[in-house]
Amino acid sequence: MLSASNLSFGYRKGELILKDISFTLRAGSVLAIIGPNGAGKTTLLRCINAVLRPHKGIVKIEDRDVLQMPSRKIAKKIGYVPQNNKAGNMTVFDAVLLGRNPHIGLRSSQTDLDKVSEALRQMRIEHLVTRYTSHLSGGELQKVCIARALVQEPKIFLLDEPTSNLDLKNQMDIMNIIRKITTDNNLSAIMSIHDLNLAFRFADYLILLDKGGIIAHGSPGNITASILSEVYGVQVELIRHNGNILVKIF
Amino acid sequence: MEPKENINHLFPEYSKYIQRKIIFIVILFILSTGLFIAAILLGAVNIPISSVMASLFGLKSIPEVRNIIFNIRLPHAVAALIAGGGLAISGAVMQSVLRNPLGSPFTLGISQAGAFGAAIAIMLMGTGIMQSTQVGAITVTNPYFTVAFSFAACMVSALIIIFIARLYNTTPDVMILCGVALGSLFSAATMFLQYFADDVQLAAIVFWSFGDVGRAGWREVGIMSFFVLPGTLFFIMNRWNYNAIEAGDEIARGLGVKVGMVRLSGMVIASVITASIVSFLGIIAFVGLIGPHIVRRVIGDDYRFVIPASFLCGVSLLLASDIAARLMLKPHVLPVAVLTSFIGGPAFIYLLLNKKVK
Repeated sequence: MLSASNLSFGYRKGELILKDISFTLRAGSVLAIIGPNGAGKTTLLRCINAVLRPHKGIVKIEDRDVLQMPSRKIAKKIGYVPQNNKAGNMTVFDAVLLGRNPHIGLRSSQTDLDKVSEALRQMRIEHLVTRYTSHLSGGELQKVCIARALVQEPKIFLLDEPTSNLDLKNQMDIMNIIRKITTDNNLSAIMSIHDLNLAFRFADYLILLDKGGIIAHGSPGNITASILSEVYGVQVELIRHNGNILVKIF
Repeated sequence: MEPKENINHLFPEYSKYIQRKIIFIVILFILSTGLFIAAILLGAVNIPISSVMASLFGLKSIPEVRNIIFNIRLPHAVAALIAGGGLAISGAVMQSVLRNPLGSPFTLGISQAGAFGAAIAIMLMGTGIMQSTQVGAITVTNPYFTVAFSFAACMVSALIIIFIARLYNTTPDVMILCGVALGSLFSAATMFLQYFADDVQLAAIVFWSFGDVGRAGWREVGIMSFFVLPGTLFFIMNRWNYNAIEAGDEIARGLGVKVGMVRLSGMVIASVITASIVSFLGIIAFVGLIGPHIVRRVIGDDYRFVIPASFLCGVSLLLASDIAARLMLKPHVLPVAVLTSFIGGPAFIYLLLNKKVK
């Protein structure tokens, strides 16, 4: 389980990007952070895995304070897939093997290689092992990056805009993969996402962020059209269809 | 290297890909070993192979031959090995931590700072006095003063760049440009000193700036090894961190890499290695730049292989240049830096332009 309490962060003195953010997330569930540009979604993800050090607040995984952990230990607990993923110019196998960095001592072990093989299989990218990452499509690259985070054997996945720049099929593929690996491995995932339809369809919980603060949170059914309309500044309608909530924008 | 059990079976293509890298490293090892032996066998004085072998293995040999082998050729060859390897891995690591293909001791101004330090010692401490040597060149008397000043100047240059980077939280590109600016500054300062130098001092400064492995004796080799060998081990231990940085700073941080610390330690240790080499041997351009680039062109950017391959490539480049420098104008010995630039420059342009080489 992950909990964040009173997280605050600002890049400049007196100018807070995040203001007292608190939430909890239980194992095996998916949390989507939604909100307009500049709401603080990426900053929140970076504060959770201590890439940025919050000015105030605590992040706990299984009751252990993340911000007090050494960086390698954090990387064993949290797998991070940043936005605008680059993976250097290396083969797919090596790019995924890099995810074992927090576990590798002097040299990689057979376990490390087995984990990579397993992740490649889970992502269905075994056929790409010797392909250079610079030669991959956006969807393939995103799968490689998720595989890399998976071999970290984390408790929590952080994904920053995992579907940005992907076509519709790849968006669905990636979201289905995220859903499946959280269920299969009993992991939690926190993703920032712009596409409200994907967020409502695939997340168990939503946090609506605006100007660094939480405006609304809860299961998709708890978020109302009026709040979304107010935050995004456009008219939004929520339509229930076959058990899903569809977001219609006017 | 990394374990390969099961990988052969699971991913034969990947296994072959790794084998190609290992084969390249083995080829470089054989090449550098061959060049090392050639460096001992060949020189301005023709010595039969049997005599060289007899000297090396402690068999009955002529004292003059033993003297040439043990006090001239062997220390020179070992110096070329240590310096070539040290400069090339320093360049490889600088290119990684700065995320810039132009990273090298020369482009960062460290070599130029070394020349300035030596010029200061020669001008102000009077360490440069013309002497006749067996090859008719000029030597620098009290060389350890010169070396100490040169080493200090190299480190000052490197620390200025690191200090600017830390204080202003600059990007690697800014660090490179700071290095270029400092290099220019130190070159200008050296020229300033040369302008006011008398003939003897001027000759000593110019002589010092010619990079030459021929200056190294066993003591110099020992001191350089003291810095280069542990530094190489440190770089090898950090190879995964350099790979992570290659994927991007944010990804590296997410993988538990302390990017700032890895960058800082890499720069400091690469600078210390370079300073130890430059201060003893003078400026040897191109090895630190071209060695890692040749390797990257052939086996890619994976630092598990780039570091050992760059070391061996640097060794081969410097040994080959040293042998050519000794044989080209026999019995005169050219400074090796002339050859590294003559061979390195065109080879580098060829590599850049030849797209078939990957």
